[in-house]
Amino acid sequence: MRNPQLNKHGELQHLLTLDGLPRGIITQILDTAAPFTEVAEREVKKLPLLRGKSVFNLFFENSTRTRTTFEIAAKRLSADVINLNVSTSSTKKGETLLDTVDNLCAMQADMFVVRHESSGAPYLIAQHLENTGRDHIHVVNAGDGRHAHPTQGLLDMYTIRHYKKEFHNLTVAIVGDVLHSRVARSQIAALTTLGVPEVRVIGPKTLLPTEVEKMGVRVFHSMEEGLKGVDVVMMLRLQNERMNGALLPSPQEFFKVWGLTAEKLALAKPDAIVMHPGPMNRGVEIDSAVADGGQAVILPQVTFGIAVRMAVMSMLGSH
Amino acid sequence: MTIHIKNGRLIDPANKIDALHDLFIADGKIAGVGTAPEGFAAAKTIDASGYVVAPGLIDLAARLREPGFEYKATLESEMDAAMAGGITSLAIPPDTDPVLDEPGLVEMLCYRAKKLNRAHVYPIGALTIGLKGEQLSEMAELVEAGCVAFSQANTPILDTRVLARAMQYAATFGFRVWLQPLDPYLSKGGVAHDGEVASRLGLPGIPASAEIVALYTYLRLARQTGARLHITRVSCAESLDLIEKARTDGVDVTCDVAAHHLHLSDLDIGYFNPHCHVVPPFRGQRDRLALSKALADGRINAICSDHTPVDDDAKQTPFSESEPGTTGLELLLPLTLKWAQEHQLPLIDAVARITSEAAKIAGIAKGGHLSVGARADVCIFDADAHQLITRSMLKSQGKNTPFLGLELPGKVRYTFVEGTLMYDAGQYSRS
Repeated sequence: MRNPQLNKHGELQHLLTLDGLPRGIITQILDTAAPFTEVAEREVKKLPLLRGKSVFNLFFENSTRTRTTFEIAAKRLSADVINLNVSTSSTKKGETLLDTVDNLCAMQADMFVVRHESSGAPYLIAQHLENTGRDHIHVVNAGDGRHAHPTQGLLDMYTIRHYKKEFHNLTVAIVGDVLHSRVARSQIAALTTLGVPEVRVIGPKTLLPTEVEKMGVRVFHSMEEGLKGVDVVMMLRLQNERMNGALLPSPQEFFKVWGLTAEKLALAKPDAIVMHPGPMNRGVEIDSAVADGGQAVILPQVTFGIAVRMAVMSMLGSH
Repeated sequence: MTIHIKNGRLIDPANKIDALHDLFIADGKIAGVGTAPEGFAAAKTIDASGYVVAPGLIDLAARLREPGFEYKATLESEMDAAMAGGITSLAIPPDTDPVLDEPGLVEMLCYRAKKLNRAHVYPIGALTIGLKGEQLSEMAELVEAGCVAFSQANTPILDTRVLARAMQYAATFGFRVWLQPLDPYLSKGGVAHDGEVASRLGLPGIPASAEIVALYTYLRLARQTGARLHITRVSCAESLDLIEKARTDGVDVTCDVAAHHLHLSDLDIGYFNPHCHVVPPFRGQRDRLALSKALADGRINAICSDHTPVDDDAKQTPFSESEPGTTGLELLLPLTLKWAQEHQLPLIDAVARITSEAAKIAGIAKGGHLSVGARADVCIFDADAHQLITRSMLKSQGKNTPFLGLELPGKVRYTFVEGTLMYDAGQYSRS
């Protein structure tokens, strides 16, 4: 089975997941992103790399932040950006996912940025494009179900590299609802591919995927043990609907046991950084003192996110 | 019409025959094996040199999609597929629309099938009205209408008291209850085996415990009620031990496995292939091997196709949203032969799993064997031929199978139903 995100020359055709993406390509994306961070500081924040190309933001699930950063990234590359909130339009009228895609292809799309609530939806689109001979159209996964959020994973790697320089000597802890998190899956894939020797996950058993250790992580249920000596703490968002029920008794108890406070953070290395994909639930997974504290790099993550998305889109648009 | 099938390798597991014998058919029945009955004059002779002459195959789970889902498949299309697959008897699960819970519906289905005059159909009645798990169906009347057993298809009963009562009531008459073990709560929302693959792909999982918990309940209730239990489509290694244990405790229980479960595991989902979305889900490789082995040593009695034709629209969606199921009638024999090859089992053992053993489970006395006087349902196949599975070769309206593009052993040459030639591969290839 050929990796569906690479073309026959081994170049990036689509960005669907970081799981199985060669280390060389991940590094190439991070390297490409570096100069783009400077573009934001220029007076004219535009590069002509995607001039004349149409990028369709195809969001079947609501998201403001991710959609906006993709839009900014595409516009800085001079692309035309069309935003579609499909959750409120065609699928409600019964149109299938592939019908929607075909219609947009007929409007001369060059790239789809796809967010969907079902794992694997971007694969279906990529496969459909290949089956119908439309190899010139690229797909970027902007989050599919619980499966992957590769640009988030990449911007997290960019952030870690920015602050820690190397990967091979780090201990990284991912904390919270790993089970439902596409962000965590992409982070784990990227960290293990980049050679981080110890990746930990910390959370209650109800929020960790079955056989998660086979993804190459060490499993902890206690923050006190799991945070000991780590260089990077990556917090995950806990969705509101999962706070009370069969997975967790209450947000209060979650915060008490797994919420990141200054006290717990003190167990990590003194220069440890704290990351969060946003939006944060203050007082549920993270205490405000930590979120706004000196070790948090949550806002730089957002800034780097634009550069990383520019890198991905410019690489896809170049062939 | 009298027919002489000559020079074939006759395999009839029920009579323990595997030898070069001619077969003689008269008046829709087997008239002679090896030697022609006195005064026999063949109106038609078929040369089966190099072919296996077997009883027509019996499929223990074939959804023909009528009534209610004619856009997915019709009796006509699926009967053609059955004939091309060498299958002459079909047990039909009750999850049609409306559900097979009324004698009139069952009679209508049998009537429609009889009019088409191809495979024999054996409806499995709904155990409860509408499969809702609340009120018992009229089992005695349903049997009179033609049902051979009772099941809940893929809709488990929530209320275990109702389940116990239903089994008790069925046991009153000695009717067999066919259940697919799946706990409705533990499997809720799941689309793939809860293991490493589903975790990586972010697909909601169905844990093995969903099967084990339900199976334990069914076996325990069967012991209590004395119901004759048939477990359909086991998928987990652990289930096999539970079933064996129940047998030693005296529970009357048989079980089958779906043909595709003998060959695929959750790894085959690959990059979200919706053709691998099935119920029960493909389990781990260890489970697959255990099923395959248990079938070889007889702990699993039979193989079914679990034929579920699904239209393309319902499969061309993200994995979790796709409709589960695979088309299977035309793959039952090839997948069975492939399984037997893997275990280096003699052909007679392979044929038994889809003829005589299946006949015992469905209570089919007139078919599944080639005894003199039996219904002349015959499947003649080339066990050495291989064929590529493609959309266009499938006669089923459902083209949904994970085996597309693969080459599988076994090719049906002729299918007879009650002495009438219903399928001739040579004619098909010419047309």
